[in-house]
Amino acid sequence: MAENNQVGGPAIGEGNAVYEVSSVSYSYEETGALDDVTFEVKAGESLALLGANGSGKSTLLKMMNALIFPSSGSVRAFGEELSEESLQDEGFSLAFRRRVGFVFQNSDAQLFSPSVWEEIAFGPLHLELEPGEVEERVEATVHILGLEHLRDRPPFHLSSGEKKKVALASVLAISPEVLLLDEPTAGLDPKTAGFLARLTVQLAAAGKTVITATQDLALAKEVAGRAIVLGEDHRTAGDGPAARILGNRELLLSANLIHDHPHSHAGMEHYHPHSHLEEHHHGDEH
Amino acid sequence: MAEAGLSIPEWMRKKPIDAGVSRNGRRRRTSVVERTISGLSEALRSSIFSERIAARPGLLQRIDPRIKILGFLTLLIAIGLIHSPFILLGLYAGTVLLAAMSRISPGYFVKRVWLFIPLFTGVIVLPSLFNIIRPGDPLVTLWDFGRDVHLGPWLLGDSLAVTRQGATGAVIFVLRVAASVSLAVLLTLSTRWPDLLKALRVFHVPRVFVLIISMTYRYIFLLLGLATDMFTARRSRLAGVSTPREDRRFVTGSMGALLGKSQALGEEVYAAMVSRGYSGEPRTLNRFSLAGRDLVFAACVAILAVAVIGGDRIIG
Repeated sequence: MAENNQVGGPAIGEGNAVYEVSSVSYSYEETGALDDVTFEVKAGESLALLGANGSGKSTLLKMMNALIFPSSGSVRAFGEELSEESLQDEGFSLAFRRRVGFVFQNSDAQLFSPSVWEEIAFGPLHLELEPGEVEERVEATVHILGLEHLRDRPPFHLSSGEKKKVALASVLAISPEVLLLDEPTAGLDPKTAGFLARLTVQLAAAGKTVITATQDLALAKEVAGRAIVLGEDHRTAGDGPAARILGNRELLLSANLIHDHPHSHAGMEHYHPHSHLEEHHHGDEH
Repeated sequence: MAEAGLSIPEWMRKKPIDAGVSRNGRRRRTSVVERTISGLSEALRSSIFSERIAARPGLLQRIDPRIKILGFLTLLIAIGLIHSPFILLGLYAGTVLLAAMSRISPGYFVKRVWLFIPLFTGVIVLPSLFNIIRPGDPLVTLWDFGRDVHLGPWLLGDSLAVTRQGATGAVIFVLRVAASVSLAVLLTLSTRWPDLLKALRVFHVPRVFVLIISMTYRYIFLLLGLATDMFTARRSRLAGVSTPREDRRFVTGSMGALLGKSQALGEEVYAAMVSRGYSGEPRTLNRFSLAGRDLVFAACVAILAVAVIGGDRIIG
């Protein structure tokens, strides 16, 4: 990947706060989506945002990408508050968009260009990179993700896995310092999902700050060093090292990330918390 | 595997009443809904086809979009000023020739243009053919009333006839529309959409206007995709024949649902564009640069425009 863009913001090193989310609440009309959520993200961290459907993960990511703004509380990125007003500033907006990339859950929403090549070039072009550099980056990204054979195809005609790869490529070509991934593996076949997980790990190893919203605990285990759990009450239910959070069955059960599952052992039916986090063998009686 | 509190009801366990998959030879009627599905996918296909045409290495595709827009605008004005049907016919033939030189199949091009014309010009042209609307020398008399007919205070005359003046006017009008529509179709077929938008910005078309058309274009695709999904989903649940009444209810119901869905998705598309740096200014990689052929094209257009207007004055 090309070097980080350092335009319009303080240079950040490992350990500095990239995001400071303080007492953030948000509601859609009458329905609450986030309630008093507070946390910090340090540069280079790999964070999983865990939560059941409707817990507010996507809302939080959109807020961290300055696409929506909190009803109360504040989100600061690179030391600057994200607000409609600060994003009106061309310099800040340009720098922020160069530094933060967002892969949407719905690839169809993210793909709108006439060809895969142009889709990937969209970000670098609109972030005012030199045409020569745009071409270089697009070519490199196409190569990394193995999309050579799709270059001239219209993106809305691809399979879900291909669409997801193109969506990711369109963000990677910007080479952002921070990657926000919304349910990156949802609806993908195991091979593509595995590929995306490995790529995410590599990006984190390359120094990117990666924030993954997911309910796929196996993915979280693979890619994240830290995990934050959003409860069904839209509040932070847990925050800590991924291994500790993912080992806390009580917490995961209360956040609806794992579920009770009837098992019969030797003819006796009983329930115990169940997830597919660890390898889980079922006997023949199931 | 049954979960606590969730049990499958008895009726769901039963086999379908008629689980056979044998044919009974009766054909289902194709309904409005099914025809809509094929119409929708046709629209998607043709838009992809248009993008491919714009990417072909033809004559017009190689011309700078700015020059193309200026040139075609000049020709449009010229067409508006010309009264000779022969010159108009010549210009129309010229557009077909240009299409062929731009690797657009003339058959496809002619069909695409003439599909529009009856719809847009028929209503206007038809009444003006007759002496009741536009008095003149009768060419074909359709009905001889034998005496002057009055409709209230309005004198209709003693016959219903197609007049020479009416017919000439209609021919000129239709040719003018055909040539103009041909130029517009040529421009959109030979220019890639983002380039066209970018060229509009060069002519200082307001940014908000360009933004609106670019978003409209995206939304048309979203709408097409969503509508195809909804109609296909309905067809998959439909066993027998639905009555036209049911179809109509479905169509009206789905219009509302479609609007809601496409708005939600549309907002997300916009968010995705903003997220990657879009601020209302469409950017494409092809930097416009004027080459010799652009100047030759511009000169040809200018000479042609002067020649046809001059020729029209001489004939007229």
